[in-house]
Amino acid sequence: MGLFNRLVAKVRGTSTASALDWSEIETELLSSDLGPSLVTELLAAAKKMRGDDAEGAIKEILRSKFSDKSRALSEGDGLQIIVIVGVNGTGKTTSVAKLATHLDSQGKSVLLAAADTFRAAAVDQLRTWGERIGIETISGKEGAEPASVAFDSAKRALEVGANFLLIDTAGRLHNKSALMDELGKLKRVVEKVAPISEVLLVIDATTGQNGLTQAKVFSEAVDITGLILTKLDGSARGGVALAIESTLDLPIKFIGTGEGATDFTPFDPEKYLAGLLA
Amino acid sequence: MFDSLSSKFAGAFGALRARGKISEKDIELTTVEIHQALLEADVALEVVESFTAQVQSKSLELLSTLQAGTNQAQAIFDVVNQELTEILGGGARRIRFAKKPPTVIMLAGLQGAGKTTLAAKLAKFYKDQGETPILVASDLQRPNAVNQLQVVGASVGVPVFAPEPGNGVGNPVTVARDAIAFATSKLHSMVIVDTAGRLGVDQELMSEAIAIRDAVSPDEILFVVDAMIGQDAVRTAQAFQNGVGFDGVVLTKLDGDARGGAALSIAALTGRPIMFASTGEKISDFDIFYPERMASRILGMGDVATLAEQAKKAFAGDSAKKLEDKFLSGEDFTLDDFLEQLEAMSKMGSMGKLLGMLPGAGAMKKQIENFDESEITRTKSIVQSMTPKERRDLKVLNGSRRARIALGAGRKVSDVNALVDKFTAAQKMMKQMRNGGSMPGMPAGMHAGMPGLPPAPSKTVPPAKKKSKSGNPAKRALENGTIS
Ligand SMILES: Nc1nc2c(ncn2[C@@H]2O[C@H](COP(=O)(O)OP(=O)(O)OP(=O)(O)O)[C@@H](O)[C@H]2O)c(=O)[nH]1
Ligand SMILES: [Mg+2]
Repeated sequence: MGLFNRLVAKVRGTSTASALDWSEIETELLSSDLGPSLVTELLAAAKKMRGDDAEGAIKEILRSKFSDKSRALSEGDGLQIIVIVGVNGTGKTTSVAKLATHLDSQGKSVLLAAADTFRAAAVDQLRTWGERIGIETISGKEGAEPASVAFDSAKRALEVGANFLLIDTAGRLHNKSALMDELGKLKRVVEKVAPISEVLLVIDATTGQNGLTQAKVFSEAVDITGLILTKLDGSARGGVALAIESTLDLPIKFIGTGEGATDFTPFDPEKYLAGLLA
Repeated sequence: MFDSLSSKFAGAFGALRARGKISEKDIELTTVEIHQALLEADVALEVVESFTAQVQSKSLELLSTLQAGTNQAQAIFDVVNQELTEILGGGARRIRFAKKPPTVIMLAGLQGAGKTTLAAKLAKFYKDQGETPILVASDLQRPNAVNQLQVVGASVGVPVFAPEPGNGVGNPVTVARDAIAFATSKLHSMVIVDTAGRLGVDQELMSEAIAIRDAVSPDEILFVVDAMIGQDAVRTAQAFQNGVGFDGVVLTKLDGDARGGAALSIAALTGRPIMFASTGEKISDFDIFYPERMASRILGMGDVATLAEQAKKAFAGDSAKKLEDKFLSGEDFTLDDFLEQLEAMSKMGSMGKLLGMLPGAGAMKKQIENFDESEITRTKSIVQSMTPKERRDLKVLNGSRRARIALGAGRKVSDVNALVDKFTAAQKMMKQMRNGGSMPGMPAGMHAGMPGLPPAPSKTVPPAKKKSKSGNPAKRALENGTIS
């Protein structure tokens, strides 16, 4: 039973929740990875709200934390280039394949670019995905510069008149400035061919408060336009993504809910809130 | 990692130290700070509460026994340090080797935790110690995981047992079982089984992990967990402990800046020691986990022990001995010696990483991030443009020589001047030190890693005392059956 289902009996019918209820609510909110400052703020605001609906109060405050920016992919004429970035192991390569599947099902023509030339077997991993979902993967020679692979793939995507080019990049920890510079370079080089329409940061739902730092530093390096929140099929609730939305005004655009190509959906704020408070 | 936590602690204790006499109220306030810091570091709430309660009661107990005038703040600081070390493991445990080889190590963890890379690191680590490991490709799920293991296996020169192509094809249990037979017949002394990432909530995959376990009867099951994990660490660790079970924990991606509170939570709630730390994408970025070092790091005392050890490694053998002799005999420290040290320092790894281990690193985070690695290269190029005579005797450096050196190194004359000035100052300081003085503001054993100074006589770090205390939150959590 969800937190509020458990508490609702106690909370409803009395004018305020008891101190004990509030402490249980605090524990639950913290365990969603919303972070101590957001939780403190939430509780203070919820206690001030009138009425007996603690769940409603908290949801309303949480809702106010969402970004107002569009959650749809930016649309436009010509080639749309999307770069997928993030720290190691968050699910970038899988998300590239999932997003391609999603766009393909909408009748768009899509190309993949394997710009992770660093990690062992990363290019093959993307290529295997490409074969599985029937989408062409562009890769460079072994040990090629990621920026040059991305550049070549952008040229090719323009030539063949593709609607979307999805660029997979190597995982990198945001505190390694040389690797962050490399990402900046990739972006600049690609933009010599065509503008980049989206840079999506992949955040693993199990990530704790470090997710905020990740989002800040990646934003500084490459102008992130939105988030993909992965691994929501586990027991993690991904609260840090809301903290990111609210502090950096970055919309979550998609969520990943499994290892298959179709375990991927556009972000639904209400479902996410329900999951946070489950 | 743990930077913000350590600066928080530094702040809390700075306030305590500033006072001559500490009252009960002070301790309470400090406890509140620690509570908040731990939460921000992703430590699970229940662990935070038992930890702070423990620290508070011990500190209060201590307060009444301390004489006025003794360093009360230091005593309380020690309490926090000790408690932290104890929860983090109290002392590193080594893996248990099988009585009859092969020793079997099985890796388990969430998707993306870093198991495959870690498998290769472990293989290399034990190969270097004389074992003859094989790696087993039992992740047949993630696209090209088998492939990846083959590549990393080859890079460390360890055979990879991979009879199945993966990508959904093959049975991981059969592969694991056959691997043991193979290793036994080929007399390999160790088997490291890489498995697919799985969620704690995935019953089906957890059963698969259990089946692999039962097929290979591992001597050690290691739970591999990303240091950036948040509060889910508790649920996931619990699910793995109740599912496949595990004997030890490996923390990965510790080279990031996550505060890594999960380490504390997992150790406290499962009672399993954190055994290894993975600190980068290179195979060599790997070490045994040292709870006492991590505790010091949390407390803003820096990771001096690791630094000293790396310094010792880099300044190994002859050059260190030579320098030490030179230092003791009273001979002058020359630019040639300096060059040798710079080269040794480059061997130790990035300067930013080294500086990050220094005490108080949390507070100077920005400077560390902005440290210009190319500075060392530039300095080296200037020294290398000097003639041997110039290196030995800086006094011969007149204007035209300086201009020539600058030209040779591709630097400005002012750069050459700056280096000469700095070096002359360092030389002078060395003389003072030799005559009995010591470096201000530097703990003993620290100057080993500083440019321009000879290494300190090697000093080993005493292992943490393994004391058992009934108040240990790890044990208490266990007793309470938080995780069975
Ligand atoms: N359960 C679950 N697993 C996922 C999800 N997304 C990705 N994964 C798994 O997470 C693991 C890592 O995914 P990758 O796509 O290789 O991650 P990456 O970010 O490209 O990794 P690097 O390139 O090594 O940094 C794989 O085992 C994926 O199958 C998800 O939404 N749910
Ligand atoms: Mg990848």
